[in-house]
Amino acid sequence: MTTYDVLFTIAGVISAGSGILAVGTKHLVHAALWLVVSLTALCGCYLVLGAELVALVQLLVYVGAVVVLVLFALMLTRAPIGRSHDHDTSLLQRAAALVVGAATAALLAAVLVAAFGTQTVAIHGGTSQQLATQLFGTWVWPFELLSALLLVALVAALALSRLRIRTRADVEAGQS
Amino acid sequence: MIHPLLPFTLVGLLFGIGLYGVLARRNAVLLLIGVELMLAASGLLFVTVGSLTTDAMRSGQVLTIFVITIAAAEIAVALAVVLAVFRARGTIDLAQAGEDD
Repeated sequence: MTTYDVLFTIAGVISAGSGILAVGTKHLVHAALWLVVSLTALCGCYLVLGAELVALVQLLVYVGAVVVLVLFALMLTRAPIGRSHDHDTSLLQRAAALVVGAATAALLAAVLVAAFGTQTVAIHGGTSQQLATQLFGTWVWPFELLSALLLVALVAALALSRLRIRTRADVEAGQS
Repeated sequence: MIHPLLPFTLVGLLFGIGLYGVLARRNAVLLLIGVELMLAASGLLFVTVGSLTTDAMRSGQVLTIFVITIAAAEIAVALAVVLAVFRARGTIDLAQAGEDD
């Protein structure tokens, strides 16, 4: 066990544990808050792997923006505060989902471990300067394309929220 | 020096947890939380492989930043769709049959 192993195990256990709570909790709002814990712990994993910039982007974009959006959506859809069983599927479907999830996790981990072996390897995190040189050199056109994608997503979200929507009650009132 | 076993196990665990969340939840917003966990697993896989191999283009970290950006765009549009469905049907229960069923 090296220092990296210990630090990664701590962050990874927090991340996986709070991820399980995020998909398993009965409180709707707590699910979003456990997602914050899980993704923040994942930032710690990124730091151990030597990817400082990715960790900071993850913290800013996910924890700062995405989870706030999820919380807003939960409030706007009148999510119940406190324990609620309305969002649970039947016990049979949950058991099947557990089997599928566990099987996928085992398969993915087994294939990846078999591909890379179990010997300890050195971490080549690289410096942020190298990353910036590559990001604005080799990867500059995909980067620009992504800024266009973000603009399209912004316009699409705005257009969807301004859409005139006829509810079922409106349709029935119009027909009668 | 790090055992590659640890990050790859975490990748598998996070993806499995996200898949369970997608399959076992009936609320559309909670389904999106599962999708976010699966995307986080993919990002961790990119960073891990990028850090364990020598790569002059740093593609592991760059692609993770791209995945995070695409996930942000995806969740903005997905939540707008969820809100539109809520306004039209009054509920975002995925198990409830629609008008055509």
